[in-house]
Amino acid sequence: MASLDRTARAFLLSELVAGFALTLKYMFKPKVTVNYPYEKGPLSPRFRGEHALRRYPNGEERCIACKLCEAICPAQAITIEAEPRDDGSRRTTRYDIDMTKCIYCGFCQEACPVDAIVEGPNFEFSTESREELMYNKDKLLANGDRWESLISANLQSDAAYR
Amino acid sequence: MPKVKIDGVEIEVPAGITVLQACELAGVEIPRFCYHERLSIAGNCRMCLVEVKPGPPKPQASCALPVADKQEIFTKTPVVQKARNGVMEFLLINHPLDCPICDQGGECDLQDQAMAYGFDRSRYHENKRAVPDKELGPLVKTSMNRCIHCTRCIRFATEVAGVEELGATGRGESMEVTTYVEHALSTELAGNLVDLCPVGALTSKPYAFEARSWELTKTESIDVLDGLGSNIRIDTRGAQVMRVLPRLNDDVNEEWISDKTRHAIDGLRHQRLDRPYVRKAGKLIEATWDEAFGAITTKLKGMDGAKIAAIAGDQCDAESMVALKDLMTALGSPNIDCRQDGAKLDGPRGSYIFNAGVHGIDSADAILLIGSNPRTESPVLNARIRKRYLHGRCAIASIGPVADLTYPVERLGAGPATLRELTDGKLGFFEKLKAAKNPLIIVGMGAVAREDGAAVLAMARELAEKLNAVREDWNGFAVLHTTAARVGGLDLGLVPGEGGRDVAGILAGCEKGEIGAVYLLAADEIDTKRLGKAFVIYQGHHGDAGAHRADVILPGAAYTEKPGTYVNTEGRVQLGRRAGYPPGDAREDWAILRALSERLGKTLSYDTLAQVRSRLVSVNKVFAAIDQQVPGAWGPFGKAGTTTDAAFVSAVANFYMTCPISRASRTMADCMASRAHLMAAE
Repeated sequence: MASLDRTARAFLLSELVAGFALTLKYMFKPKVTVNYPYEKGPLSPRFRGEHALRRYPNGEERCIACKLCEAICPAQAITIEAEPRDDGSRRTTRYDIDMTKCIYCGFCQEACPVDAIVEGPNFEFSTESREELMYNKDKLLANGDRWESLISANLQSDAAYR
Repeated sequence: MPKVKIDGVEIEVPAGITVLQACELAGVEIPRFCYHERLSIAGNCRMCLVEVKPGPPKPQASCALPVADKQEIFTKTPVVQKARNGVMEFLLINHPLDCPICDQGGECDLQDQAMAYGFDRSRYHENKRAVPDKELGPLVKTSMNRCIHCTRCIRFATEVAGVEELGATGRGESMEVTTYVEHALSTELAGNLVDLCPVGALTSKPYAFEARSWELTKTESIDVLDGLGSNIRIDTRGAQVMRVLPRLNDDVNEEWISDKTRHAIDGLRHQRLDRPYVRKAGKLIEATWDEAFGAITTKLKGMDGAKIAAIAGDQCDAESMVALKDLMTALGSPNIDCRQDGAKLDGPRGSYIFNAGVHGIDSADAILLIGSNPRTESPVLNARIRKRYLHGRCAIASIGPVADLTYPVERLGAGPATLRELTDGKLGFFEKLKAAKNPLIIVGMGAVAREDGAAVLAMARELAEKLNAVREDWNGFAVLHTTAARVGGLDLGLVPGEGGRDVAGILAGCEKGEIGAVYLLAADEIDTKRLGKAFVIYQGHHGDAGAHRADVILPGAAYTEKPGTYVNTEGRVQLGRRAGYPPGDAREDWAILRALSERLGKTLSYDTLAQVRSRLVSVNKVFAAIDQQVPGAWGPFGKAGTTTDAAFVSAVANFYMTCPISRASRTMADCMASRAHLMAAE
């Protein structure tokens, strides 16, 4: 009996019909893909993308060279050197992130006592060469300036849960 | 011996100690801020509260409470815990939350104890107090908002450093630690204030914001900037020495180090020799090791051994000195010396070491300083003498330079004539020395590094023997060296051999053209102008006086960059360890000599550090006894003779600059400027 059932299904192409039916059904449903890069999917405010160093509204850089991010980084991707600035405040002279080492765990932004280093919403920073992924302080500050409005909005929307 | 019960466990403790010390013996941890083993008890931080029965029904400060028999001490009861939490909360009321920018962060007592005994948020919403920062000189940076008024710094300055310059004004919340009139601290031990401060109120100025404690590699080593051989810990990050901290050794430096030891390290970054140089047409040209060795070989090949001379410097490790000595012997040269200042020391071991030991100062009951200013020559040893003075019943007198030694000193006279009178018993102080059980005679380099040094030394020996200061159980004859390599050099016999010349002889020979080649092993303290037309080989780590005159420069390693053996002034053999590698092409010093010996066709018999060390032991057995003070043999030394009237002068006129490293250090230059400013103000 079982063999008869199998033979009948094989000759009547029932699997093929079921498959085409499914395909046909999806032709009338809304699309789930987006037309990247012209369209983009939604991002959580907690999304951990490209790093940025932020500034205070008055233009002063936030980073105080406490080196907590350097200490906590599990991939040891961050290198910091510090010295007293002319006005006596503690500042970095070097703040490098090796983006090829970074695993985007977000520990650095969690460790930061002044919300200086953040992982912003940008995920489109692929480069043509390896060297371009060695970020220095200028690059990170420029990132901060560029993404500040989005970053601060994200931080604000997430503040209640921190 | 009182028996006490600590948390229900009975323990017998020595009488006269405090409850806190008893708890420490029992292995129970008591948090504290103001209490410190080497300072007097203040009892003002209140962190060490415990419950004691019998006693009043309230927590008691354990640091200031003596133990008594049948006492019951409770350290873990709810009352104690609540008291500690309360004290911590009060301490944190006015402490700023600036740990991320505080240099103490990561090694801060307050941080650690707040983790253990603190509360995770503040109930204090009023304004915190603000205190203006104080200016304490080029080494100590202040951030007085962080001060918790433990008064350790005040007690250290007053008791150990002996400069009563720090104090507190105001009471309660308005208390401020200050120097009253703003000025830099006039002590050579200021760096220790930074170690003592349990919070970040006093931090190191040269090290400000440079590194965090957790990113440093720690290497236990030995200091070579004075003769004491302080035990230090070298903290490095990558190839760079970031700071030097003291290491505990009760027999040598307790837990203090001098400012030079601590802060001259920035000199290791400047003026370094990182490649060989050869002088061509009057100019030093960069060269390879091969070219440098080639230049030496062509010059030395066939030269008569008597025309070759070698001088070992003040910071050399024993390994390089034994290699130098062996090389000179192989070349047939008896002209070798390690006494750049011309000190007349070459007798039995007892004649050139600090026989009593640094810890022996504690049991001395009359001290005579001859031609020495221990405050500039070895500030930590001077603090030890001061500690002895504070303990009472110790007469201290000096023949030699006038100086403020931080304790009262009876000045007997200036020169050898006074010493003669004292030895003959014509001075009142002789009776005091005679009456003393353990008289200590400290002979400085200022007394022996002079023309009549041998005669002065003979007189000092005569005095010591007259006083019965050299016995089975006590040897009060003590030579205070100012350099780290000297005792090691003398132990290895780096003194002129049969018919050889000493430093003065070598220089005179150079001037007359009798010496053709001079090997300077990091020797910079000689008058290089007197080297005449001699071919000068300089092996060392800094471009200092010796390197400027050199015809060939061989770049060596500084003390932080090589494993080395050093013998301190008391004859204690100590091992320094490598904290980093020398810059560029520079190499370990004994290895350079070994490589050169091969090119000269006189290959030395050792290839590894272990073999060099066994060679050291075969030359002198004391090198086998690491970290121990081997007593020196006593015998006739010195040479009776006429002395001049010239007064003794201290061998160290300028504490902050005594060697190539400290001369290259900007911090030391700042200290000098600050001290000069202070002197001018007085």
